[in-house]
Amino acid sequence: MIIAVASGKGGTGKTTVAVNLAFVATPRPVQLLDCDVEEPNAHLFLGGQPAKKKEVSVMIPSVDEGKCSGCEECSNFCQFKALVVIGKTVLVFPELCHSCGGCRLVCPEQAITEVPRPIGVVETLQVRDDLTLIYGTLSIGVAMAPPLIREVKALASREVPLTIIDCPPGTSCPVVESVKGVDVILLVTEPTPFGLHDLTLAVDTIRTLGIPFGVVINKAGLNYSPLYDYLEKEKIPVLGEIPEDAAVAKAYAKGELPVYSVPGYRAKIEEIFRNLKAMVNGLEKM
Amino acid sequence: MKIAITTTGNDLNSPLCERFGRTPRFIVYDTDSGSFEVFDNSVNLNAPQGAGLQTAQNIARQGVSCVITGHCGPKAFTVLQKAGIKVFLGQGSMTVKEAITAFNEGKLQEAQSPDVEGHW
Repeated sequence: MIIAVASGKGGTGKTTVAVNLAFVATPRPVQLLDCDVEEPNAHLFLGGQPAKKKEVSVMIPSVDEGKCSGCEECSNFCQFKALVVIGKTVLVFPELCHSCGGCRLVCPEQAITEVPRPIGVVETLQVRDDLTLIYGTLSIGVAMAPPLIREVKALASREVPLTIIDCPPGTSCPVVESVKGVDVILLVTEPTPFGLHDLTLAVDTIRTLGIPFGVVINKAGLNYSPLYDYLEKEKIPVLGEIPEDAAVAKAYAKGELPVYSVPGYRAKIEEIFRNLKAMVNGLEKM
Repeated sequence: MKIAITTTGNDLNSPLCERFGRTPRFIVYDTDSGSFEVFDNSVNLNAPQGAGLQTAQNIARQGVSCVITGHCGPKAFTVLQKAGIKVFLGQGSMTVKEAITAFNEGKLQEAQSPDVEGHW
């Protein structure tokens, strides 16, 4: 089973839920994929032995000006304006290129070849015998996360029975890339106006993608009723509530795992996981 | 000599547009004959990205020597520089005609580098 942990709003507790889930969920072994490549942080809580490191590149055009006739076919084709033709000079703007390769195909002079542009690294940590973390780190100055997220997911094992994906916040391309192909999404929200606002965006996105999902209310106890009204109205399954607790924040600040250091936390995470599995099993029977 | 001026309007009395890449239109003015032509740039006004690049390419196609605008970011500046087009900075309070007069009198400052970040 592949579970994605997403949220919409940042800071609701995605990584906290994903990391703690990775320790208690079964069957094992578990692999955790940190797809928040702009700001990966799951490894901070896990430790373990670095097992692998892979440099990741995307392909971008390189133009042989000796062959270029200045016809502008490449520039006209590019939806992202990554090539600009001035006379017989083609300026390439790598940061705008989405690596589709189309410019190379449309060039009538075969003046374009593709060259690699490094965008980041993917690292594997063997946390325990039954837990592996794979995480990507986008290089500073690189703005395009999806190719690196694809690589994190490509390096995941197909043999491991349970995969948990820690998604980036938001609802744009990096999130869509992260949740692509998962069996179920666990949306972590918080009972605040911001939490609800961004949850509605995330729900719209996920419904468009057609992936089953349930909600976990983190920091519960803030008595923000519009969230509960929304969930009821939209008939969204609530898989569990994790109470607002300073002990969790203290554990987090020390890099500790609340499942081991905060009384009652492990039971909550186990309950959420049971409910999630029951939801998935129920869907399969339908 | 031909110069391009970014503008929100359709004639020489229209205001200069301070935005380069997302200017709605630009005017190409011929300083020798005093004639001018208006070019629509609305495609780039609504472009998700690369507006500056594309506007620079469109302006370069018109064979101008200079462009007068309010601000110019790094990518557009790179393209204009490569095309050998000098960038002069005016203000949005000017009309196109006033910008041309100020340019002719040498009162406009030539940008030696982009004066704003991308997406300002």
